[in-house]
Amino acid sequence: MSVPSSNTLPSIEKLRWQCRRGMLELDYALSDFLEQQYPNLAEEEQALFVRLLDFEDQLLLDWLMGNVVPSDDWLRDLVERIARRS
Amino acid sequence: MTLVRRHFDALIIGAGGAGLNAALQLANANLRVAVVSKVFPTRSHTVAAQGGVNAALANVLPDNWHWHMFDTVKGSDYLGDQDAIEFMCREAIPTVYELEHNGVPFSRLDNGRIYQRAFGGQSQNFGGAQAARTCAAADRTGHAILHTLYQQNIRARTHFFDEYFAVDLIADDEGAILGALVLEIETGEPLLIESKTTLLATGGCGQVFRTTSNAHINTGDGMAMALRAGVPLMDMEFFQFHPTGIAGKGMLITEGVRGEGGYLVNKDGERFMERYAPNAKDLASRDVVSRAIVTEVKEGRGCGPEGDHVMLKVDHLGEEIVSKRLPGIRESSQIFAGVDPVVEPIPVFPTAHYVMGGIPTNRYGRVVVPVQHGPEEVIPGLYAAGECACVSVHGANRLGGNSLLDILVFGRAAGQDIIEFLKENPNHRPMDEAAVEKVMSRLTRWEEKGEGISVQDLRAEFRKVMEDHAGVFRTDEIMAEGVEKVKEIREKLKDLRLQDQSSVFNTARVEALELENLVDIGMSIVLSALNRQESRGAHSRPDYPDRDDKNWMKHSLYFYEEDRVEYKPVRTKPLFVETFPPKERVY
Repeated sequence: MSVPSSNTLPSIEKLRWQCRRGMLELDYALSDFLEQQYPNLAEEEQALFVRLLDFEDQLLLDWLMGNVVPSDDWLRDLVERIARRS
Repeated sequence: MTLVRRHFDALIIGAGGAGLNAALQLANANLRVAVVSKVFPTRSHTVAAQGGVNAALANVLPDNWHWHMFDTVKGSDYLGDQDAIEFMCREAIPTVYELEHNGVPFSRLDNGRIYQRAFGGQSQNFGGAQAARTCAAADRTGHAILHTLYQQNIRARTHFFDEYFAVDLIADDEGAILGALVLEIETGEPLLIESKTTLLATGGCGQVFRTTSNAHINTGDGMAMALRAGVPLMDMEFFQFHPTGIAGKGMLITEGVRGEGGYLVNKDGERFMERYAPNAKDLASRDVVSRAIVTEVKEGRGCGPEGDHVMLKVDHLGEEIVSKRLPGIRESSQIFAGVDPVVEPIPVFPTAHYVMGGIPTNRYGRVVVPVQHGPEEVIPGLYAAGECACVSVHGANRLGGNSLLDILVFGRAAGQDIIEFLKENPNHRPMDEAAVEKVMSRLTRWEEKGEGISVQDLRAEFRKVMEDHAGVFRTDEIMAEGVEKVKEIREKLKDLRLQDQSSVFNTARVEALELENLVDIGMSIVLSALNRQESRGAHSRPDYPDRDDKNWMKHSLYFYEEDRVEYKPVRTKPLFVETFPPKERVY
């Protein structure tokens, strides 16, 4: 999976819909992060969040709940920030 | 502007377990099948089902579909239709094997057979010893099933319309369903999908309540589409609540917390369940605990600045027990309530979890309505399956492990019946252009400009009204007031205006359409609940505390037109076995 370059980042409206998930926990965690944190991130970090949204719901929930720790540093860091902001 | 049109043999609205299992039957039969989903299919709410699927495979303990049937009839508080329940419990077995063959990674026993776990409400020999009937893929059964079905559908060349929102069904003068108008969320462009058959599989509607465990997508779109097409909703007063959801949000805090010694307190720190249930205390039945929580809040003993919840204390159990025996609770509380339960109590309130009612169907998934000749006439070309449908196998309450089973068995049955229907009805019926125009007006209405009420404000008001007037505390007075308040909100819908009139990814417009759906369904819940003067299953009323089989062993049917509620008999005669007569439910 490639990281989108900053000049191809989706609109905030599109991302808002991408934060609609199959689990209520993810709805809150991802939407809250998008509304409160995302606009203040550097473009490279925004691109990482966009990439995170492509992962499947069950894995995102496992990361968020600490059942599984992501192997990549950037994912671990981002998941921690999302968990703290909800 | 010309309306773009596509043609299919079958249109499936919703991409959860029911929709995808139906689609797979059809695609495997080389039919042209379209699946419309407002989110990417594997983000459907089926993914959140952790428990498992009931089937009497007898891999762990002796079992029999007939025992499963008994448990389900009893669990339904005798409101379930016994022919549909017999069908589901028999079909559970081939359905699970079909899933296994399609690649669902069920947990295994050492001998290689599918592992089965015991759940509440499961018995051997018609109410005897505990049975072990639930097949699971670890604690992520819904995820495993959804992904397997999606991949199989991709292989079978099902056509997916991802991120398309279904606006309304198109019906001709004779009431036959000709397809649906859908909206591409990304572009804002409408699309007319003409189809010989249409299956509604849009899941539940927990978002009608302020506090719910359902995902934000669960806005009951298919149910509301059915209502507007003249189809009644059945048994909508039966809504399953869990006593302890995280206050203001709704995520479930498992009942195991109270089983391990956690208890509820009000703002004075009083362990109030001792007053409501001196013996069982915090382990009293769900409806007793839920109603006690709401009573504390109503009488001014709620916690927090708004006094709108109570607290669940577990800190006395110690860090080791909380971490070891209640995994996930600590993380969930920290992330969503901002408290560490090892040192602070968790704010909780009853949370809406599952709707037993829905679009009335027969056991083939065909939508049935009362017409001149009887209570169950088929609507040509229209099917429903899953949580949005009411077959009815859950009656007044649902057993654990039977919801995934319902969506899979009846999704499959609907798919198979559509194949037969298409053999007899191979051609498209002529499109009714006047009906298309009418449905288009539901979209163009949002182009009205000017000042008005915001969708967010009205949605919040509505969901609070539903929680206060059709939640777990149900008396004549409370619900009658609720009916009036929902009527007022329905009037206010006309004054909604969108500030954002753009086309591209205008999620505000989708949310406005969802709110209309929620309000239509809300009336079906509060009015059906007001009218049912008894307590049965999940519908519990202090002013009518007993089950009343003489007057109320019947299904409610709410019609959108004139807010009418009618009734039809429960089908107490099974297919091949003897009827289970109503008995008092004792566990």
